Amino acid sequence: MECVFGMVGNGFAVVVADTSAVNSILVHKSNEDKIMILDSHKLMGTSGEHGDRVQFTEYVQKNVALYLFRNGIPLTTAATANFTRNELATALRKNPYSVNILLAGYDKETGPSLYYIDYIATFHKIEKGAFGYGSYFSLSMMDRHYHSGMSLEEAVDLVDKCILEIRTRLVVAPPNFVIKIVDKDGAREYAWRESIKDTGVSSA
Amino acid sequence: MARYDRAITVFSPDGHLFQVEYALEAVRKGNAAVGVRGTDTIVLGVEKKSAAKLQDSRSVRKIVNLDNHIALACAGLKADARVLINKARIECQSHRLTVEDPVTVEYITRYIAGLQQKYTQSGGVRPFGLSTLIVGFDPYTGVPSLYQTDPSGTFSAWKANATGRNSNSMREFLEKNYKETSGQETVKLTIRALLEVVESGGKNIEIAVMTREHGLRQLDEAEIDAIVADIEAEKAAAEAAKKGPPKET
Repeated sequence: MECVFGMVGNGFAVVVADTSAVNSILVHKSNEDKIMILDSHKLMGTSGEHGDRVQFTEYVQKNVALYLFRNGIPLTTAATANFTRNELATALRKNPYSVNILLAGYDKETGPSLYYIDYIATFHKIEKGAFGYGSYFSLSMMDRHYHSGMSLEEAVDLVDKCILEIRTRLVVAPPNFVIKIVDKDGAREYAWRESIKDTGVSSA
Repeated sequence: MARYDRAITVFSPDGHLFQVEYALEAVRKGNAAVGVRGTDTIVLGVEKKSAAKLQDSRSVRKIVNLDNHIALACAGLKADARVLINKARIECQSHRLTVEDPVTVEYITRYIAGLQQKYTQSGGVRPFGLSTLIVGFDPYTGVPSLYQTDPSGTFSAWKANATGRNSNSMREFLEKNYKETSGQETVKLTIRALLEVVESGGKNIEIAVMTREHGLRQLDEAEIDAIVADIEAEKAAAEAAKKGPPKET
C-alpha cells in the first residue's frame, strides 16, 4: 500500500511518498518520512520493508558523505544511482534488500535527473516513475498530464492530482503524503499533504 | 602463506621501543605543524616546503577534513598519513551510521591513537611515522578541542601545540605567548608561532581556520600575506618603541 512517485520538471525533480508505517492491520504512525536527503543536492524516496529501507538508505547516505570527504567533490547523481544499484545487485543473490528507490538529484552540469531502482536492481533513468499500488493511478495521471519542462507549480498541481486519484481509488489509501524537491538551490522538503493529523494525547 | 607474524617492534634491554623512537625521528624531520585553540576558533598551520614549479600545489593538501566538524594536520610520512586519514574518515561515517551521532574530537583521536598503537604491537608491520594534530568542536556542546597523537599511540589534549621540524622552538614560543584568544587573534598567534621557524611569506605557510558555524576554511595566500604583513608591522612598532625612549634623553 506504500506509494512513491516522482517526476522531472524544468530545472528540478520532485519526489512524493506516502507517510504511513504499517504492520499487517496496524498503522504504527502516519508521519513517517520515507524520502531521505542524501546530501545537499540528492534525495531518495523509498518503499519496502522498514528495516531494510532505513538500513540501506542510511548506508548509501554515509557512503555518499565518505566520498565527499575523501575526494573533496560530491558524487554525481548518476554515480550515486549506479552505486546504489550495485549494492542491491551484490546483495540480491545472498540476502536481498526489499527496497524500491526513486533517486532524484541535481547536478550543475547536467541539471535534474530521476532514477528508478527497484528491489532486484532494475535500473532506469526516467522522467516520471512510481512504485506500489498507487503507481496504477499515479502513472496513469502522469501519462495523461505530464509534459517535459513543467514549472514547479504545474508539477505540484500534477502531484496533487495523483494524490487525489490515489485517495479516491485505492482501497486502503495512505492518508498523508510528503513532497520533497531538489533543484539548483538544494534538496529540501516542499510540503505535506495531510488528511489525518497525528493527534497528541487528549487531556482527561 | 608466508609467515608475517614476527614482531618488528620489540623491547630493548633498557626498556626502549627503538622502532617507535625512530618513528619519532621521522616526525622530527617532517614539516612543521602547529595548532592553537581559541574560545570560538581553532587554527591549524603547516609549513609548506617550496613547491616544485611544475607541481600542482592544490593536490598537496596538508590540512584535511575528517568530518564536517573535525580537521587534522600532521607531520611525518605523508603516505602513512593517507592511510590513517582514510581509516579515520571511514570511522567518522561508520560512527554516524551505527549510533546516529557525529564523533566527538576525543573519540576520533582515541581511534587514531589506537590504530597507531596497534601497529607497535603487531607482527610484520612497522609503526606509522607521523604525529597528528586533531581539532574540532564537540557536536553538541560546541566546545573546541585540540588533541595530539604520536607514533607510540599516546594522545592528549592541548591548548596549543606544535609537531614536526623545530617543534620545540614553536612550543617554547607558544608557552611564552599563549593567552585565551578568539577569532582573528587566534589566527595571528598561530602564524606568529610558525614564523618562528619558517621563512616568512604566504607561499611557505598553509593555514586553516575552523569555526563552529563554517567548519574548516583554508586561507588563501593573499589573506595569509596580509596577516603576515600585520604581524611584521606590529613587530617593527614594538622594536621602535623599545629603541625610542633612550634617544629622548
